[in-house]
Amino acid sequence: MSPDEHDPHGHGHDHDHDHEGSTLSEMQLRVRALETVLTEKGYIDPAALDRIVETFETKIGPHIGARIIAKAWSDPAFKERLIADATAAVNETGTLDHVGEHLIAVENTERRHNMVVCTLCSCYPWEVLGLPPVWYKSAAYRSRVVIDPRGVLRDFGIALPAETDIRVWDSTAETRYLVVPRRPPGTEGWSEERLAQLVTRDSMVGTGMAKPPAEAKP
Amino acid sequence: MNGVHDMGGMQGFGPVRPEANEPVFHARWEGRVLAMQRAMGYVGLWNIDMSRFSLEKMPPHIYLGVTYYEKWERGLESRVIEHALAGADELEAGRSLRPAKPVPRMLKASDVAKVMSRGSYARPAKAPARFQPGAAVRAKNINPVSHTRLPRYARGHVGTVEAVRGCHVFPDAVVAGQGENPQWLYTVVFSGRELWGEAADPALKVSIEAFEPYLEPA
Repeated sequence: MSPDEHDPHGHGHDHDHDHEGSTLSEMQLRVRALETVLTEKGYIDPAALDRIVETFETKIGPHIGARIIAKAWSDPAFKERLIADATAAVNETGTLDHVGEHLIAVENTERRHNMVVCTLCSCYPWEVLGLPPVWYKSAAYRSRVVIDPRGVLRDFGIALPAETDIRVWDSTAETRYLVVPRRPPGTEGWSEERLAQLVTRDSMVGTGMAKPPAEAKP
Repeated sequence: MNGVHDMGGMQGFGPVRPEANEPVFHARWEGRVLAMQRAMGYVGLWNIDMSRFSLEKMPPHIYLGVTYYEKWERGLESRVIEHALAGADELEAGRSLRPAKPVPRMLKASDVAKVMSRGSYARPAKAPARFQPGAAVRAKNINPVSHTRLPRYARGHVGTVEAVRGCHVFPDAVVAGQGENPQWLYTVVFSGRELWGEAADPALKVSIEAFEPYLEPA
């Protein structure tokens, strides 16, 4: 039997919440053992791991996507280029963070609401949104959003008119989808910096809306 | 494979539960697992498709019963063992017991930027794309025991090619040991009723990213 066909440590885990502490400490030990072995063998450098963790904790996050959306809201020509080829449009600016191939932006309108999922694993536009939240990777979201997206939206406190078309993008390959949420009314003439404050992570996945103008700092 | 990872359309997982102010990592070990995943990917012995398949092969009760990063950790352990980089006994002992296997390269801290932008999966095409936007296509009814990115809920159903996304590394071939065998990739959109029957939301459309071998003219 190969090690992936059974629990290599030969015992199951109890995942009741009462036992969460012991599960965590077991994982700490298991991860430390793996890191130690891989380090001693010379396959990994712990300093590189530190740098990767630090980058995800401090540098990569939804603020990157929010700047892209704010620019799209402010600059119609940029929005047109973004919808045509998001990777090229973002990288051409020279002012937004560089993104990799096959980033695709899809625009929410009064008539159409877009939502993004990976039903097969956890594909997510992490370069522009950071690491996916737990709910995005959960069985509940992955299973239900393709068959009952309005039910999922209700879980996020959102009710769309029945006539609004819903488009769900299942990212089953290496293309990555970024939702351009609708610009809130009452934000005419705002700077990109101020607009970016209204762009939430969930609004760029399609499970949320941009925040109302009152929530931005002047 | 028709594994439990292929979740689109399954029912019974309950509501989606967004977490307010979710941290990037819920425990320090999660960050170490993510970083090891990136660093070991850089070594060059497997690609992202092989990583995904090692998770898909987990027994369903493990896949559903453990947290996201615990799955990643187990998948990484299984690949390390499969590639003879370390033995199960060494992971159990938490230290190296034998000399390392020579590997192509190791990620240094100074090179971390290389794993912080998305990889490139586009490849030159050997033939013109078989389908054009607007074409009616049927997702083939295939049930491979190895890795595939064609979700079950789309199989046998008729959709419309919406976009040609270029020619990409074909995950099914990579995992089957047949090399990259690049294929054209399409966004194929299905109506909710085509996928889920007459009771489905008439305003719903779902798209997948489908490689050319998954499709036939309809």
